[in-house]
Amino acid sequence: MVYLTRVEHFNAAHRLYNPDWSDEQNEAVFGKCSNANWHGHNFELFVTIKGRPDPQTGFIFDAKKLSSIVRERIVDKVDHRNLNVDVDFMQGKLCSIEHFVMAIWKELEPALPPQVKLHALKLIETPRIYVEYFGE
Amino acid sequence: MSNRVSVFRKEHFNAAHRLYRPDWDDATNDRVFGKCALPNFHGHNYELIVKVTGEIDPETGYVIDLKLLSDLIQQEVIERFDHRNLNLDTKEFAQLNPTAENIAVVIHGLLRKQLSESLELQVRLYETPRNFVEYPA
Repeated sequence: MVYLTRVEHFNAAHRLYNPDWSDEQNEAVFGKCSNANWHGHNFELFVTIKGRPDPQTGFIFDAKKLSSIVRERIVDKVDHRNLNVDVDFMQGKLCSIEHFVMAIWKELEPALPPQVKLHALKLIETPRIYVEYFGE
Repeated sequence: MSNRVSVFRKEHFNAAHRLYRPDWDDATNDRVFGKCALPNFHGHNYELIVKVTGEIDPETGYVIDLKLLSDLIQQEVIERFDHRNLNLDTKEFAQLNPTAENIAVVIHGLLRKQLSESLELQVRLYETPRNFVEYPA
């Protein structure tokens, strides 16, 4: 089994807050991340698929085609956007990177061709914080 | 041999912003600034590298105590800008477009007035891993 990863990046604003809580509670739990006027990050998204190389092409899947799919389904919707306000697949969800990576998986997996198996997503929020999701 | 050395301190802050001029219409802002003008803001992990140049103090062996420099950057820059919306939350960018260029000049000004005149100061600001600015040039 071989694992192929394509890396994409996007810059976006967000805030962490629970709309069911008071401002004080949001501040107590999320601190500066709950700033009502947003803050932002340069995100990096690692999309890993797995499979066996095709004997004719040597590819599991053409990485340029994978990039097009990721850009169309995810990056074009989130780049230079506000994740809380602008992104259809994040509506009604808490905007932590944990929820964000799971929502990205849900958007991306059905868009991949049937022969392509999505193995993992890694979403880097800052050089010191990232999440991984394996679809479980 | 000269005793002049440059010392560097790296800090970071995460902020939202948008690039636009309120005296332009939407079409002009879109043409000039593209996606950076989108109205609900976007954001960056800014990485800041502060370069201070001077003579090594013969008593301490320092050009400047890097812990003091870090504290200064925290106080003057990070506390102002980290986890903020540069356009909405800061007085520095209330009337000034928060391009990386303008942010670097503002940061330089905030630090310059707190440092001894015998020290030279240069600021490098990464807006993304691929786009960065330096001031003075």
